[in-house]
Amino acid sequence: MFINIKEIIRFGDIMDLGIGAIIGIVAVVIFLFIIILYNGLIRLRNQVKNSLAQIDVQLKRRSDLIPNLVNTVKGYAKHEKELLENITKARSSMMHAKTVSQKAKSNDALSGALKSLFAVSENYPDLKSNTNFLQLQEEITGTENKISYARQHYNDMVMMFNTKIQTFPNSIFANILSFKEEESFEATEQERKNVKVEF
Amino acid sequence: MAKMRNMFDEIASNKRQSMIVLIMFFVFSSLVFAIATLLIVSIRSRFDTDKTISSFLFFYPFVVFAIVCYLIYFLTKGDKMILQMTGAKEVSRNHYPHLFHSVEGLSIAAGLKSTPKCYVIEDSALNAFATGFKPEKSYVVVTTGLIKKLSRQEIEGVLAHELAHIKNQDIKLMLYIAGLLGVFTLLGTMCYYMTFFSRSSSKDGDQYKIVTFILWILFALIAPFFTMLFKLYMSRKREYLADATGAMFTRYPKGLASALEKIKNDPDPLVDKANKATAHLFISTPFRKKKFFANAFSTHPPIDERIDRLNHM
Repeated sequence: MFINIKEIIRFGDIMDLGIGAIIGIVAVVIFLFIIILYNGLIRLRNQVKNSLAQIDVQLKRRSDLIPNLVNTVKGYAKHEKELLENITKARSSMMHAKTVSQKAKSNDALSGALKSLFAVSENYPDLKSNTNFLQLQEEITGTENKISYARQHYNDMVMMFNTKIQTFPNSIFANILSFKEEESFEATEQERKNVKVEF
Repeated sequence: MAKMRNMFDEIASNKRQSMIVLIMFFVFSSLVFAIATLLIVSIRSRFDTDKTISSFLFFYPFVVFAIVCYLIYFLTKGDKMILQMTGAKEVSRNHYPHLFHSVEGLSIAAGLKSTPKCYVIEDSALNAFATGFKPEKSYVVVTTGLIKKLSRQEIEGVLAHELAHIKNQDIKLMLYIAGLLGVFTLLGTMCYYMTFFSRSSSKDGDQYKIVTFILWILFALIAPFFTMLFKLYMSRKREYLADATGAMFTRYPKGLASALEKIKNDPDPLVDKANKATAHLFISTPFRKKKFFANAFSTHPPIDERIDRLNHM
């Protein structure tokens, strides 16, 4: 009963083993790649969500300050009724904005209206010396700066995320794993044309 | 002469290069420990009779582990130490409103979860640094001289650079490297004493000294030398990265470029409050530059090159 090794392991079998090993290794590598990619995309997408929330925090802060501002100005600048109404309208549309581009559009409108108000306030020395007004102006201007920074950061995160899912070979898997491009915080071309602030 | 590279490319390439060098250094350190372990294991069997030597050799891996844990624990308390060493004092929003506003705004641009605390050093020199092992608990320190002599945009450029260090966790990175350097040095000292100052109880026990001598060369000379080079390389790389990342936060690289010009021409860069251990943290090397040439042994890249790259972003 002498068993001949040469008959048990034939050359073809070794070839099959070799090919099997290679396929196995490639499969493992692809699997690992997908895991690493998936985790990276989850992380980036969470950063995008987080930075959008930060924008919301600053937007809300500004919204909260505006009623007080409008009331303060009303007493001193009776001729600017239309300007104040614009601000109130813009604030209202800001609070109802749901999508990123809606928020961007209302934000532009509201920022513009506030800028006009502060410019016009130069003509009312009584208003300019009111400490409440000055404090509100300082806080709103500070918040506008923070909104700027928050927007910038959000857009940076969106760019990083979008780049990652658009580049090859990530693009192949991103679709399968249902990662979609995020929107950057800016009004679209069409909407930009529609924004009108009347004085 | 720096080529036209925008800030995003700078950041990407810097991180890539840092990662490559970091992996190389990790391999190097593993090799050092592997060689040492091999040497020790190869002679262990011959010294069962000598209790002191064999117990050292047996416990060697645990010793290394314990030293690393101790260092990490100790050094996690050390981030506030530098505040004391430099005499930095925390300031209030009322006294420095511009500083607070800038740091808050830039923290949002950086995506930091919380705003770093603001500290000030009373000194006419122009310098700044950041410290803190976690981005959530970090500190930004500026000299009063810098606040007085720089314009708002220049100050923001400097602050953005410091916040970039915090965001990129450079302080933690440099800390780990310093910790590793400490481990090598400690082991080297132990081997030094074992080679030159110990006595073996068995009659041919002195042969182990050849091994400890080799280990001494390895731990006290070779490993620290390369670790130092690596540490300085990473320090310079991360300075460039902080410049580029800070420019990304402000979207205004010229702010920092012009601040660096003024810092370059500052006659007194804070010599008395800094020392070799803390030098790498400052925005610009705190030693006098008369005979100081930027090379493989400096913690900061040449300031002209930094200004050049910023101007081309």
